[in-house]
Amino acid sequence: MADPLLTLSGVHTHIGPYHILQGVDLVVPRGGVSVLLGRNGAGKSTTLRTIMGLLKPSRGEIRFDGRLIGGTPTPAISRAGIAYVPENMGVFSDLTVGENMQLAATQGAFDATRLSWIKALFPPIATFWEKPAGTLSGGQKQMLAVARAIIEPRRLILIDEPSKGLAPAIVTAMTRALGELKETDTTILLVEQNFAMASALGDTVSVMDDGRVVHAGDMAELSGDAGMQERLMGLSLEVHQ
Amino acid sequence: MSETAIRPKLVAASAGDRLRKAAPLLLAPVMALAGLIAIADPATWLTLTVAGLAMGLMIFIMASGLTVVFGLMDVINFGHGAFVSVGAFVGFTVLAWLAGWTENPAVIMNLAAVFLAILASMAVTGVLGLAFERVIVAPVYGHHLKQILVTMGGLIVAQQLIHVVWGPDAIHVARPQSLRGSVIVFDAVIEKYRLFAVAIGLVLFLGMRHVLRSTKVGLLVRAGVENGEMVEALGYRIRRLFLVVFMVGSALAGLGGVMWGLYNETITAHMGSDLMVLVFIVVIIGGLGSIEGCFIGALLVGLLSNYMTFLAPKVALVSTIALMVGVLMWRPEGLYPVVKAK
Ligand SMILES: Nc1ncnc2c1ncn2[C@@H]1O[C@H](COP(=O)(O)OP(=O)(O)OP(=O)(O)O)[C@@H](O)[C@H]1O
Ligand SMILES: [Mg+2]
Repeated sequence: MADPLLTLSGVHTHIGPYHILQGVDLVVPRGGVSVLLGRNGAGKSTTLRTIMGLLKPSRGEIRFDGRLIGGTPTPAISRAGIAYVPENMGVFSDLTVGENMQLAATQGAFDATRLSWIKALFPPIATFWEKPAGTLSGGQKQMLAVARAIIEPRRLILIDEPSKGLAPAIVTAMTRALGELKETDTTILLVEQNFAMASALGDTVSVMDDGRVVHAGDMAELSGDAGMQERLMGLSLEVHQ
Repeated sequence: MSETAIRPKLVAASAGDRLRKAAPLLLAPVMALAGLIAIADPATWLTLTVAGLAMGLMIFIMASGLTVVFGLMDVINFGHGAFVSVGAFVGFTVLAWLAGWTENPAVIMNLAAVFLAILASMAVTGVLGLAFERVIVAPVYGHHLKQILVTMGGLIVAQQLIHVVWGPDAIHVARPQSLRGSVIVFDAVIEKYRLFAVAIGLVLFLGMRHVLRSTKVGLLVRAGVENGEMVEALGYRIRRLFLVVFMVGSALAGLGGVMWGLYNETITAHMGSDLMVLVFIVVIIGGLGSIEGCFIGALLVGLLSNYMTFLAPKVALVSTIALMVGVLMWRPEGLYPVVKAK
């Protein structure tokens, strides 16, 4: 595969005294959705935080579009074209939905076409534009978090477990929205425990365990192979809700 | 996307929730009412209330920077009082130069002199704040104990520098002519300067609120207080934002110093650190990081200490500490606990 958008090679990350990422190798090709799977505590969120520069890798290389970004400050990484939807959504609850969106539009004014596309994708954004984001429901906050990440065109979007804690109907809606986002030329790196969502969206998949990537391949292959799922994640036990 | 699935409720801000949020707003009026009942004489009460508001608003001006600095970067600045003292001395110096204007009966000349003094002291303390942040605070981000130690060190150095420049003695500051004396309102004697201080304090509070609510920098500050990482992930350099806030906070402390100096008519190198006790009480009552809380806390402290000075002078200072304890028993994180992500 020619010239991936993002490559992590042998990335180690420490949090305080803990050695969390122990040599992560990860390749995110241009376009489509790359899924990052793994058990709780495998290091998925830490991987995203390291890519985003919120944690400094102690060793290894992170290359975005050919440039080394490991150790670069977070704002510079953001401006290089990476958006981030954290596990806790990172919504500013004291600010209105509109103000949250405004801060995400770093260029200043909104692109009207894009904004109406986003409002169509996530109707609550329009409905609750004037309301404090803290008063939104969990699903609505998740939509706001994703909407913020895409209000300006980005090369790569890191999304950490968008289905977490959401009702099934909202997960379906979110899956559909991300599916539509996938049709634009944005690349998505999606951390997801919900296997149905992961396999509906994913083109490629990497599976982490104990701070390493232990499997990388096509999503279709993993979806079709229950034995492999079982072996990599013990999925049959926990995920098929 | 299915409307029905998503549409349900803007999790209705329940009546209880709203009351929770609004309750602190009632505190200052309740305190004023309690004061009226305890003092019984309306004229005395009005005098004390205006004095309390003036004092509260001056404390608010000094405390506002401190609370935002803490909210944004978790920095505890025990040196904040230095800016108050330096501001007062710079203001005094400018007023002394402009003695011709302050001794002039024309109100406009008097006000011009005060505003120039304020501008000069804000400029000096703002620049000082910039240096203080870069040299003293920046190296100890994230280490509270070190912050306390080095910022206290900075405070001591600043106080010594004041001694070097202005000498070790307390200095008398004369109010400009038209801010001397009192007016009689509803039989109550009200010092003109206190009315002036209330006006300045209110204008500043409204201005600050406007900036925090309706400008991008203000939104970024509020967002940063809640979740600095996310502000960075959106592409903004929070350190730069913090530097600006630190400078503005220092300049406001300097402004507070000028106002306090004119109020007390005496300034000393340690006036800032003396005031920090009240300032910290106010910041804690309000909820670390909250401007609204800081404002309400300052009014409460101002009113209570003036009422108590009249009712029971011996316990006046203790009463503000008791107030803090009471508020913390009701709301352990202050009136408006700042939501922190993580
Ligand atoms: N701040 C921290 N301090 C100490 N250990 C941490 C910290 N953050 C994460 N860890 C540890 O690092 C490991 C990986 O955590 P991480 O959050 O990356 O896992 P994850 O794959 O995202 O898990 P989950 O599916 O539960 O979100 C876990 O063992 C976790 O306990
Ligand atoms: Mg996680």
